Amino acid sequence: MTTTRLRVRQAVLQALHDELESDPDVVLIGEDIAAAGGVFKATEGLVDTFGPKRVIDTPISEMGFLGAAVGAAATGLKPVVEMMFIEFIGVALDQLTTQAARFRYLSRGRVTVPLVVRGSAGAGLGFGAQHSQMLDHWFRGNAGLKVCVVSNAQNAYGLLRSAIRDPDPVVVLEPRVLYGERQELVVGEEGIVPLGKARTVREGGDVTVVTAGAMVPVVEQAAALMSDTSVEIVDLQTLVPWDTDTVVASTASTGRLVVVEEGPWTGGWSNDVAAHVSSELFGRLRAPVARVTCPDAPIPHSGPLEARYLPSPEYVAEQTTRLITTGRAPLPWWAEEEKVQ
Amino acid sequence: MSADDVSLKRRQALQDGPVQRLERMMEIRRVEESVLELFNDGYVRGSTHLAIGQEAVAVGLAAAARPTDMVACTYRGHGTALALGLPPEAVIGEICGRQVGCTDGLGGSMHLVEPDVGLLPTFAIVGAGIPVATGAALTAWVRGTDDAAVAVFGDGTANIGAFHESLNMAATMKLPVVFLCENNLYGEYSRIDRTTPVADIADRAAAYAMPGVVVDGQDVDAVTAAIGEALARARAGEGPTLVEAKTYRYSGHSRTDAGAYRPDGELDQWKQRDPIELGTARLLESGIATQEDVAALEASVAERVQAAVDIVLASPHPDETEILRHVLAPANR
Repeated sequence: MTTTRLRVRQAVLQALHDELESDPDVVLIGEDIAAAGGVFKATEGLVDTFGPKRVIDTPISEMGFLGAAVGAAATGLKPVVEMMFIEFIGVALDQLTTQAARFRYLSRGRVTVPLVVRGSAGAGLGFGAQHSQMLDHWFRGNAGLKVCVVSNAQNAYGLLRSAIRDPDPVVVLEPRVLYGERQELVVGEEGIVPLGKARTVREGGDVTVVTAGAMVPVVEQAAALMSDTSVEIVDLQTLVPWDTDTVVASTASTGRLVVVEEGPWTGGWSNDVAAHVSSELFGRLRAPVARVTCPDAPIPHSGPLEARYLPSPEYVAEQTTRLITTGRAPLPWWAEEEKVQ
Repeated sequence: MSADDVSLKRRQALQDGPVQRLERMMEIRRVEESVLELFNDGYVRGSTHLAIGQEAVAVGLAAAARPTDMVACTYRGHGTALALGLPPEAVIGEICGRQVGCTDGLGGSMHLVEPDVGLLPTFAIVGAGIPVATGAALTAWVRGTDDAAVAVFGDGTANIGAFHESLNMAATMKLPVVFLCENNLYGEYSRIDRTTPVADIADRAAAYAMPGVVVDGQDVDAVTAAIGEALARARAGEGPTLVEAKTYRYSGHSRTDAGAYRPDGELDQWKQRDPIELGTARLLESGIATQEDVAALEASVAERVQAAVDIVLASPHPDETEILRHVLAPANR
């Protein structure tokens, strides 16, 4: 087993390197990924090692190059497309959700699309309302498409390698606020993280907190603030298909569930988790399922406002403590402000 | 006087003459330099895309267009916003996320806006502004006004699908829109010859049966004339024009990019044709201004921009209740 210490973006780079090396069908496609090494430096140096037919720079033409990757995947390659900011996929969404995710079904398994789209996502760096969204909801609910969210160097490496090896199209969202974090990880075959499996970050007995992506370290900090409460944290890692078994088993043992999501109150994956667990464990919970999310608003630029928009460790701890002490799901902060007004 | 009136007055000042246009170019340069300083001092979050070197395109556009002509511009838009009339504190304030910003600090560097001088919300997604400008022209066409619209975009944007769809539609319907390409030779980190098989984006106009015009983007008078002519065509019902202004950004794509991919000497070569120096030389040669006048302009611009920075740094961040305002019309909440 090989362990090393890398920044999250370097873990992505390592995963891409290892898959390019092990499979000649793997190619990378995207804007400024070859000569410039990627705006977030997640593809740095790969063109020097693997050449311009494996690491391909494109014009600013997302529909063109994502569509070309779908075509290349349908005819034998395993393309990995970089969306510099995941928002940029908007002009190309048809190629992924309506084309790639349908080919297997429509061809009865004869034309398949082993494609990966990886993109930087999420808020926290002041990039404003068009460069800070998670947008997992653009991809969830499209049968035929899998969706993962990275929360650390290990799963940045391991989920990406699984995604590239997966026979179906997979979207891997990389919270850009985490790219600079330097962490220990296992690389090589042992470092591969399977799709569809959650990770228990820490065990506890009073409450289960299910989360993903950049909210995982936030929830860890929240748990540290709640010194009197034993918090079990589950990192979903894959949003579609999500690991119902791990979440239900954990919640059954603690009797309480808080779902913390970087995403809107409406239409977020936390609704699916809450609905599923409420249904499965009806009558066995000590409190209703609580959700902690962002408000249904675009992401503000100004620093103090963006900090308020995102769930903070203090807010997660406060809402979790209120759930435990009152036995009722606390209102989100914006609903309380409305009531006060 | 409301903020919008200030913007409108500043916009109208550009019609007063070449001195005002030179002054505005100087102001854009000084604001961008201040933004860089503020960024380095930690006052600017996220990223910011400077337009130093491209001032003549912004001022030429603003001098040629009316305040009622709608402009869809890019995230490299600080200069365009200032040229169209936004005062420095509204632009710098927005970039710093302060209440004094043109959208109260909610938008940031890539989302400047002032509809009263024709500035639609600026576009942070490459190509997104081209169809929207076409739609603004559609409004004028439906209502039968003689207003027009201008889509400002970069050379890289000419490779995105929206460019083709919008130019085709506008030409077919003879919509009153000008497609203004700021060709600064680089789409993000890639030189145009690595992404585009034609040297002149204007060549593509032929495919849409519209005029394609190449103009010296460092010459504010040439830009004003070319855009003025294209707007006149648009207002006369003769349809769109593709105007390509050849220009150059002195800085990298954004704050994290030093522009190391540019060949040695290229930046210096472009600086030989600096739009502010060219504009200054022309005023001196024609006797419209003296060296003393120019020095006084520079001093007053520096003073005004410094005053704007002081206003911004004294301005609070917006209140957090602003997060939930303007998501939908009040009645729908």
